Amino acid sequence: MANLTNNALLASIRQRAEQSLAFASLVVIFIFFTFANEAFATWSNITGILLSTAVIGLLAIGTTFVIITGGIDLSIGTGVTLTSVMVGWALKNVGMPIWMGILVGIVTGALMGFFSGLAITRLQLPPFIATLAMMLIAKGLALVISNVAPIYLESIEGYNSIALGNIIPNFPNAVLIFFVSAFIASIILNRTIIGRYTFAIGSNEEATKLSGINVDRWKILVYVIGGIYIGLAGIVLSSRLSSAQPALGQGYELEAIAAVIIGGTSLLGGKGSITGTVIGALIMAVLINGLRIMQIQQEWQTVVTGLVIIVAVYADSVRRRNAGEL
Amino acid sequence: MTAQLLTIEGVSKSFPGVQALKDVQLNLNSGEVLALVGENGAGKSTLMKVLSGIYKRDEGIIKLNNQEINIEGPLQAQKLGIAIIHQEMNLMPHLTVAQNILIGREPRKWFGIACDDKELNRRAKILLDELSLSLEPTQVVGNLTVAKQQMVEIAKALSYDSKIIIMDEPTSALTQSETEVLFKIINNLRKSGKGIIYISHRMEELTKISDRITVFRDGKYIDTLVTKDTQISKIISLMIGREVAQDLRPETVRKFSDKEVALEVKGLSTKNLLKDISFQLHKGEILGFAGLMGAGRTELALAIVGKDQITEGQIIVDGKNVKINNPSDAVSNGIGYLSEDRKRFGVLLNQDVKFNIVLSNLRKITSKFGFVNNNQSRVSSTTAVKNLSIRTPSIDQMVKNLSGGNQQKVVIGKWLTRETDVLIFDEPTRGIDVGAKDEIYKLLQELANQGKSIIMISSELPEILRMSDRILVMCEGRVTGILSNKEADQNLIMQYATKYR
Repeated sequence: MANLTNNALLASIRQRAEQSLAFASLVVIFIFFTFANEAFATWSNITGILLSTAVIGLLAIGTTFVIITGGIDLSIGTGVTLTSVMVGWALKNVGMPIWMGILVGIVTGALMGFFSGLAITRLQLPPFIATLAMMLIAKGLALVISNVAPIYLESIEGYNSIALGNIIPNFPNAVLIFFVSAFIASIILNRTIIGRYTFAIGSNEEATKLSGINVDRWKILVYVIGGIYIGLAGIVLSSRLSSAQPALGQGYELEAIAAVIIGGTSLLGGKGSITGTVIGALIMAVLINGLRIMQIQQEWQTVVTGLVIIVAVYADSVRRRNAGEL
Repeated sequence: MTAQLLTIEGVSKSFPGVQALKDVQLNLNSGEVLALVGENGAGKSTLMKVLSGIYKRDEGIIKLNNQEINIEGPLQAQKLGIAIIHQEMNLMPHLTVAQNILIGREPRKWFGIACDDKELNRRAKILLDELSLSLEPTQVVGNLTVAKQQMVEIAKALSYDSKIIIMDEPTSALTQSETEVLFKIINNLRKSGKGIIYISHRMEELTKISDRITVFRDGKYIDTLVTKDTQISKIISLMIGREVAQDLRPETVRKFSDKEVALEVKGLSTKNLLKDISFQLHKGEILGFAGLMGAGRTELALAIVGKDQITEGQIIVDGKNVKINNPSDAVSNGIGYLSEDRKRFGVLLNQDVKFNIVLSNLRKITSKFGFVNNNQSRVSSTTAVKNLSIRTPSIDQMVKNLSGGNQQKVVIGKWLTRETDVLIFDEPTRGIDVGAKDEIYKLLQELANQGKSIIMISSELPEILRMSDRILVMCEGRVTGILSNKEADQNLIMQYATKYR
């Protein structure tokens, strides 16, 4: 009995340590750049980092759900393009009020997730293929709807304050949206039924099915959640730029997935956290910003991001091998 | 008299090419443990899958409490009160004990969208306490020992208020003391009037835990015996059957004690299964590995060729101590492993015969500029086709178009081009029809006569007896006996394989 509680205690300590490991790396990187360059740790630079994290961060949060089920969503990058173009179209061409435009963006994202989920469950396509197709569909639709030209939204009064306004003084709304969305996602993942089944499906889909759970339905819902976050990201991006760019967004999916992985979510499914994903997204943003401030060429920043992924995932796999996990 | 809980009459099930169950019957009373035994392939698992709704029966009647039922799927089986604890774990390793036990039935809050984890843990705790299991609801299942995971499975099965609990080899991963705990739980279940079907290979367990024993053989019902009036040897002979009594044996009895030792294994152990295994393989000898499923025969082969890590022990090839860290090391030491799963690990189905044969030996026929010498590859594969009499229209034929026996020969041909001295055949005749089996047997004999040393893993006892010069019998990761062909018979091997002695 004593042994038992001991093991439980050790396991919980280990879990805490794991989570704080990513956080510790973030702090170390932060401190490093603070000493390396005095322009780094200024408030305006920090809010700049957070602002630049918001879009990728929102995508990463949604995709965390998908990855925990053992799936993947490649359509989130061009999904951002499509949702922002849809918002732009609704506001500019149709002349909808802003709140309705926002709704259009979120519904567009949700529908993308719905159809991906449908293809994965009903047609039994591998998530990689289904969402690869969705990625191309979204990309094409964005070009068609925008007529291959940016939709400028400066004339829409107040739209740009969705991302750049300050409900909290000196704190861009985009960052607020990012943090609040993360908080909500964390509650969904850890406290609700859908969160529980997200983990169950990723941990052992067959067993979940045998336990009498309608796995298909929950999986579709997970992709819809991912889609809603695509919509949010599209709104934040178009608001920040005051325009919907029909070619901006491709490649975001890889950055978002990288953030999820750095944050300790397993691509094999069953394991992951929103906190981890937020930290993962911040690590990438801080690194890029820090390197830029140190005037390292942009091309090299990308190389460093690649190396960070290798280090992060390798460290994770070593830890897991030592812990004797699968 | 106890009530009849489950009755199965005349149930059959066939798959393309195989009749897995032929007109079987079974009777389970409430408050009893019924053991179901039979050799590999006797149809036990198929019947269990029919009962859990994974397979649909072709014909026959299943009655629950004297009422005929149809089992459409796992969910319905649960609702009917039939719970199966599968051999392979059916848990979500990343979730906690409580989350696993009550999955799908979580208490809710916040208008039904959130899990009430406090209540969840409380309910799970009650269940665990009822079974007097020393588990905490909040422990993560993946961190538990296999035995404890098994207990979680049992708790989960019982949480559906099941009347019938089917356990498929529940002790195969348990230690002695863990088994004792499981038996205590089973005894409590029996007292509370549940019916338990207990599938196991371990004879001594059956005498301890079961009330009656039902024997299946080759998909057929053989007999049901009351445990306390029955000798284990009687059960074993029922499992084997009489009709295979006249065995074929090797034509010539060869002696090896004076011959060179080609491969020696000393005190080999692995992390999971194998314990202190030692044996010698002589030059030109065929050594059969016998044992029941899960005894560790394939695992032993994989450990020898470096696929699985060895924690202790030595491997000695031609008198030299060697370190084998991966299959490539094994090949350079002259040891080849021919997998039982030919289609996955043996051949490339979508490539032609010559490609397959030269594949593992490409370096030899590659020029110094890195080009494969196609001429050379035609020559060596033509030779192999001729020597092994592989029946193929040409060496350009796709391997998937060949019969199972000829595919197996392609695999053998592949290994022969590598000049391996020790060949480990894992179930070499699985999925091969009778005529082609004979050819494979002849080929193995020939290879042995040429001086190759052969280990043959087989689950078919007649095959083992026919081919092997000596027979190594395993049970639960240990060698329980090494018999010469002369002293061995099916009965004796089964006794060693079930640790009954």
